Amino acid sequence: MYKYIIKRVLLAIPTLFGAALLVFFLLRAIPGDVCEIRLAGTGLYADPAEIELCRDKLGLNDPMIVQFWDFVSGYFTWDLGDSMWTGKPITFEIGLRFKLSLQIAIMATLVAIAIAIPLGIISAVKQDTWMDYAVRAFSIAGIAIPSFWLGIIIILGLLIVTQHWFGAPWMPPIDYVSPFEDPLRNMSQLIWPAVATGYRYSAVATRMTRSALLEVLREDYVRTARSKGLMERVIINRHALKNALLPVVTIIAIEFAFLIGGLVVTEQVFNLNGLGKLFVESVGAQDFNLTQQLVMLVVLIFVITNLVVDILYAWLDPRIRYS
Amino acid sequence: MSTPQATIEFEDIELPKKPIPARIWDLCKRQPLGAFGAVVVIAMIIMAVFANVVSPYDPERADFANMLTAPNIDYWLGTDAFGRDILTRIIYGARTALFVGFACAFVGATGGLVLGVASAYFGGIFDLIVQRIVDVVMAFPLIILALAVVATLGTGTENVIIAITIPFIPQCARVVRSNALAIREIPYVDAARALGFSDSRIILRHMVPNVMAPYLIMLTAFVGQAILLEASLSYLGMGVQEPTPAWGLMLQGGAEEFAESAPWVPIFPGLAITLAVFGFNLFGDAVRDLLDPKLRTR
Repeated sequence: MYKYIIKRVLLAIPTLFGAALLVFFLLRAIPGDVCEIRLAGTGLYADPAEIELCRDKLGLNDPMIVQFWDFVSGYFTWDLGDSMWTGKPITFEIGLRFKLSLQIAIMATLVAIAIAIPLGIISAVKQDTWMDYAVRAFSIAGIAIPSFWLGIIIILGLLIVTQHWFGAPWMPPIDYVSPFEDPLRNMSQLIWPAVATGYRYSAVATRMTRSALLEVLREDYVRTARSKGLMERVIINRHALKNALLPVVTIIAIEFAFLIGGLVVTEQVFNLNGLGKLFVESVGAQDFNLTQQLVMLVVLIFVITNLVVDILYAWLDPRIRYS
Repeated sequence: MSTPQATIEFEDIELPKKPIPARIWDLCKRQPLGAFGAVVVIAMIIMAVFANVVSPYDPERADFANMLTAPNIDYWLGTDAFGRDILTRIIYGARTALFVGFACAFVGATGGLVLGVASAYFGGIFDLIVQRIVDVVMAFPLIILALAVVATLGTGTENVIIAITIPFIPQCARVVRSNALAIREIPYVDAARALGFSDSRIILRHMVPNVMAPYLIMLTAFVGQAILLEASLSYLGMGVQEPTPAWGLMLQGGAEEFAESAPWVPIFPGLAITLAVFGFNLFGDAVRDLLDPKLRTR
């Protein structure tokens, strides 16, 4: 088991290194940098000497290889550099927003599970009835509806409903409060983006639950359970689900990293100061340092979730370790 | 027990030759959802091609006398903050969406096809390197990589197409490669090599035609994804730029402002995106079921 874990961890390193290489050179492939934008972006005359000075200060004049070395070695010294735009350390900028994004991501995952598993079960048990079709239409719609539009519609709905019923329009609060300080206010702010993001991510998991359960329901042991006269509910809950949920859990875990991508748009809609919004702002300002660190953060989350899923699988199923 | 049934009854196998409309009708009955998707796709293509004939107004003409008018007989879906007709902009937006969708899907899937087949055919070091690169690119969520590309190239329709295509290539390459690996083991590839055919001839004439099914499946699946991604990028202000009509752009702005003054402004473009992606996804699922019965979802 340890050997397997070590092997998997070592295999993750080239992926991370490749991602660092890709991101680094991608962002520097085309001329134009933060100094030009900051000093000449407004269309005013900018002194070329001043731009040079700014570049020197940010290390943009160093050879590529030196810049890359600074970038990579930063991970070992926990110095991710400064934002080229705000001038503050990137660790500070990320730390400021990490909690909010993490909370939405976890809540969205919970929303996705709460939608996917019951609906997937209904769809499989009532295969080829109108309920099955309704669930499938609902989950296909989840992939088709853009989460940012769903967010806008949720806000519109909230405003119109509160206006109509309480006489005054109500909007979710904009400033973030920790859930430990004021859980009610925190929830009233974050439940909406979590629903808008989670619905989309429930779609794949619903399909997965359905097809995995259908597969298991055809197994011999389910027939045995039926023939010894167990109630259908017991068969599904105690016998079938246990085996059907493993691939569903995998899908949800792997999607977790991609959910962060979904936050990029949702945070914009709900005007939340999270990592997604920071990412969009860093792209807009051509703040390469910040953009590349945020991309690396997402890749890191992806690699870690995959690693955890792989190790869990190996732990649950010893055959994988030895193959 | 008389003579064992040794001969195959050809009547059962030979497809009855029906006229084409009847065959299309049969197909629609077999795939009702796919048929619905196809109708949406075709309607959208017609709408986009004949945008200048179908739409009632000029998409870029601002009319400050009619700003934010509610839907009425002149402006079926109302007007936006510049007094531009929303219906017209949705029709012209279909042009942008389809152009981006097809361009990205075609280039992405074809790039993946070439890379995937070559990777399977040559094997060895080349395969290893290509697969590692594919691994790396697939570790990025679509929109994150697309935004990173936009950060480099800047905004605008062409750059958005590049930004969306890049993440598509490895996705398709991976699927095509696994299919091509199986084909390489079939003796006819060895036979072609023994005959002295060049690598490019074997790849293009002998292997590519046999991975057309996964290629077409990926291609149709990509169109919907690309439309959605373009809308997301445009919504964030990182995609297609004004005054080009694009659905994502039409949704820009605060929802709270819209709620007060003009809820129709965000509702209809969003519906257009949803319907388009819905249609392409259903169509894509039907294509997948028809081309690859093994993948059929129960």
